[in-house]
Amino acid sequence: MKTAVLITAMSVTTILLRALPFLLFRRRTPKYVTYLGRVLPPAMIGLLVVYCLKDITPGIRPYGIPELIAAACVVIVQVLKRNSLVSILAGTVIYMVLVQKMF
Amino acid sequence: MKMRTLRQAFYRSIPVLAGYVVLGTGFGILMRDAGYGVLWTAAMSIFIYAGSMQYVGVGLLSGGASVLTAAITTVMVNARHLFYSISMIDTYRDSGKYKPYLIFALTDETYSLLCDGKTPEGTDPELYRFLLSLFNQSYWVAGSVTGSLIGGVLPFSTEGISFSMTALFIAAFTEQWLTAGDHVPALTGVLCTFFCLVLFGREGFLIPAMLLITLVLTLLRKREEGRI
Repeated sequence: MKTAVLITAMSVTTILLRALPFLLFRRRTPKYVTYLGRVLPPAMIGLLVVYCLKDITPGIRPYGIPELIAAACVVIVQVLKRNSLVSILAGTVIYMVLVQKMF
Repeated sequence: MKMRTLRQAFYRSIPVLAGYVVLGTGFGILMRDAGYGVLWTAAMSIFIYAGSMQYVGVGLLSGGASVLTAAITTVMVNARHLFYSISMIDTYRDSGKYKPYLIFALTDETYSLLCDGKTPEGTDPELYRFLLSLFNQSYWVAGSVTGSLIGGVLPFSTEGISFSMTALFIAAFTEQWLTAGDHVPALTGVLCTFFCLVLFGREGFLIPAMLLITLVLTLLRKREEGRI
């Protein structure tokens, strides 16, 4: 019972966070919010990239080298092919080989 | 057009498939180790559907946290969703019957696939967004249930496969960099986050980073207006 109540609390809170901006700005979106809607996505993607790489330890083996190589590979393949699936696959496979066989 | 929409939504969701099945399985294993059965695991993945929050939630459940603690922790861990939603207001404006689900299912990964507002050529945009969101959640639920049922028994090493999530964000970042004329927002995001990571450490930098990004972008807008 306690478990169900806690899960409900987490569920409702998450839903409220996701829905709140939509409820607040239902009629007219203020210009400032529209501006944020335009500039936040690229900034947030940048944030998520840094967030994913936060556990790299530059001072300790393997010094984040597998992450750097794999990340560079994703960027290069994306620039050349402009296909996210291909670049993500290439980066992930290279990363798995690096952490399992080399580092 | 429906078939094409379905195919495109599935095709674009494949990177998330790999990541969610792995991360979901990890969550299922955690729940199993904490003594919770497959139904609780499925319930969390269906009704909460927020990756990092569910990982934290395992601790809340097994530690017997109060409802208030659970709610406050959720706000702390998931506050970033406010920012995602703000930037999706216009994109989801005309989503009609799909809108409630689209808002509910706006995870980091789904956001990163839909936030540019573009949809593949020759597809129904609203249906595309709905199917993509639904596919992503089904991978998450499938992964968690699998983890809960089979535990840690796999025939090959999957170490490092969760890099697919990182790769997904890097690819999205690169693609928007190539298409955007203005690189200031992207640079603001990276630099502010890195600054906060150094300043606050890896446990508590996410919310400060979001606030700093919003502040810097707000100041930049003033400057932009001043020029015009």
